[in-house]
Parts: sequence; C-alpha cells; structure tokens
Amino acid sequence: MEHIPILKMGDFLLVSIQVDMHDRLALTLQDDLTERIVQTHPKGVLIDISSLEIVDSFIGRMFGNIAAMARVLDADTVVVGMQPAVAITLVELGLSLTGVRTALNVEKGMALLQNGSADRESHNGRPED
Amino acid sequence: MSRESVSKLPEILRKYERELLADWMEQQLASPTLRRDLIKDADLHTQSQEFLNLFREATQKGSLVDTSDSYWEKVRDFLEPLSRSRAEHGFTPLETATFVFSLKQPLFDRLRKEHGRDTEGLAEDLWSTSVLLDKLGLYTTEMFQKSREAIIGRQQQELLELSTPVVLLWEGVLALPLIGTLDSARTQVVMENLLQRIVETGSSIAIIDITGVPTVDTLVAQHLLKTVAAARLMGADCIISGIRPQIAQTIVHLGVNLGDITTKASLAAAFAVALQRAGLTVQKRAGNEPPNAR
Repeated sequence: MEHIPILKMGDFLLVSIQVDMHDRLALTLQDDLTERIVQTHPKGVLIDISSLEIVDSFIGRMFGNIAAMARVLDADTVVVGMQPAVAITLVELGLSLTGVRTALNVEKGMALLQNGSADRESHNGRPED
Repeated sequence: MSRESVSKLPEILRKYERELLADWMEQQLASPTLRRDLIKDADLHTQSQEFLNLFREATQKGSLVDTSDSYWEKVRDFLEPLSRSRAEHGFTPLETATFVFSLKQPLFDRLRKEHGRDTEGLAEDLWSTSVLLDKLGLYTTEMFQKSREAIIGRQQQELLELSTPVVLLWEGVLALPLIGTLDSARTQVVMENLLQRIVETGSSIAIIDITGVPTVDTLVAQHLLKTVAAARLMGADCIISGIRPQIAQTIVHLGVNLGDITTKASLAAAFAVALQRAGLTVQKRAGNEPPNAR
C-alpha cells in the first residue's frame, strides 16, 4: 500500500507530500502520523504541501483534522508552502483551517516550530497565543 | 418586385448626384447637431460623397427593401468604421445617426419633383426610401453602441489591471493599496495577484490598504476576510490599514467581525508593525541633519 514518508528530524516530524493526494492516501497519512506522534513525542509536525496542486474539500478537511489531532497529542502543526491556487480553493470552499499554523516554506516553518517550542518552555508549558 | 421596379430612387441618385450631395451637405451644415469641433467640413464632405456613391451603387443593383444582402455590404462596411470613429471621438448617438437621417430631406424633395402629380407612386417611393434610410440609420446607431460597449469593456479591463498593484515595501513586506469598490471579480484578481507576489518575494507580511475603498459593506468585508484567509493559508500575515473614521463606524454598525486580523488606521502605522514583526527598527542618525530641500 502507498505511504507518505514521515521523517523524524530532532524534535520534529517532517511530512513532505510529493504526490497527488487521494482520499485513501490522506486517511493512511492520518493513521501513520498519529501513530508516529505517539511513538516519538515530537514537539512539532511540519507538513510540506508545496508540490500539492489540487485539493478538494475532503483533503482540505484532512489537514484541519490532522492538525487538530496533533494538537491533542501535544504537538504543534505547521503547514508550509501552500500554492496560491490551493489557498484560493480552500478559502472558496470555506475551509480557512483556523488553528493551523502556516509558513511560506520549510525553512520559515522550522523557525516557527523552534520558536514555538522555545516559547513554550519559557512559559512553563503554557501554550502561546 | 413590381413596386421596386417603378421606384425612381435609383434614377434620382444617378441623375442628381451632385445636387443631392450639395443639398445634403447644406442640410448637415445647418443642423444643430453638427459638431464643428469634432469634424472638419471637408472631412464631412468626403464622407458624405463616399456614402452617396456607395448608396447609389447599392440601389442600382441591390434590393430596396432588404439592406442585409451582399449589394449593401459595402455600405455597411463604410458605416461601421464611421460609427466607430465617431464613437471614439465623442459624438452622441443622435449626432451620429443624423448623418444618415439628414439625407431624407434632400431625397424626398427630389422624389416629390420627379413624381409630379403621381401621388400614389410618390407615397410608395417615400415609404420605401424612408424605410431604407431608417434601416441604415439604425444600423449606424447599433454599430455606434457596439463600439461604445467595446470601449467600456476595454476600460474596465484596464482599470482592473491598474487598480490592483502589489508593491514590495521592504524585504518580506508587501503592500496592496486598494482603490475603488471591491466586487467578486476584483477580489479574485486582487487575491491572485497578492498570493502570486507572496510566493515570488517570499514575503511573510502583507499590508492591505483600503484608503481608496469608498465603502465597506458586509460583502466587501467578506471579500477582504477571504483574501486575508488565503494569504494566511500560505503563511503570510495580513494587516488591514487605511480605515477611515466613517468606515470604522460602518464596520461596527454592520456587525462585521474582522476576527483577529490586525487593523491600523494608517499605512505608516501598519508599516511600523510590519517592521517590528520582521525585527527591524528605523532610527534617526545622530548628528546628521537631513539635507535641506532645494
């Protein structure tokens, strides 16, 4: 069965989606990712969707769900590299992914996660925002 | 066909071409709808002569009832650019149509003289000539309207492109000064431009300045929120600036919820916030007076 690789990098998990998402793959990713979060206790999850060109409402909702699940498991989620067309589509579908953090590219996303975790430590475990 | 065959119109046009042209010119020059500021008498003369020529040729061969056949093509081909150029030069539809309609008087005069006491034939001929010229006149008006619509369409397109510039204020800081009303079509263009520029410049802050937006109603606010949401999805924060006092009042009275979007009264204030977020400060250099303005 097809899987999207989930890479561990220090305190973070890195998911780079390089293929067209279909519903089955999205569900597999959701299963795999929650599994990995429980196993490795990452501080944050970074999902790179810069190669993703087509989204539908299901995939859009999946991102929201994945982020919400990661938050429940105490990991920040950052979605990075969304294409303009994808962003417009999601907004038109009414999915503005409130609660999901976003960044322009992997570099900025990583910085965001690192700052976020630093803030959390300095705030005695109290999440920011 | 028998009615047409007795029509004296083709004959008159052939015999009295010069006189007709003279009468027609007189008619046009005396008309209150003549625009001396827009067209020279000589040009009008050339146009009239050409039209009369084509009109004569068409009446010799073509039908006197139906102006849509191939014989009348040349006349139509002549009237089309004429209407277009008049539309572009700022003539009114009335002034443009008068060009054709003013030919009625000289033609009717000639017809009356030719028919003499034959009132039956005269009435017949007057009617057919009148219908013919009406058709041509209406065609002129239609072409006029069409070219006006084309002009309006082009201007709208230009306005759309002109009014949605995305400017790079600083490395990582974009500004989008909006001018004019935000409708769905413009929002789409604005959104696409902004997102495209965010990708190109790698900017993480975008300032949307609505100083030039005359009114903000619930629909405009919704469009703004959409743009902000799309930019946020890509990882760029938006600041809305240039909110005038009346607009602030309207927004609150309408109960529009701008959510957690940062709003500032002026572009300068928004830029200061953007610099702060980017970790930059603007400082005055000590002991260095700015050069005097010359």
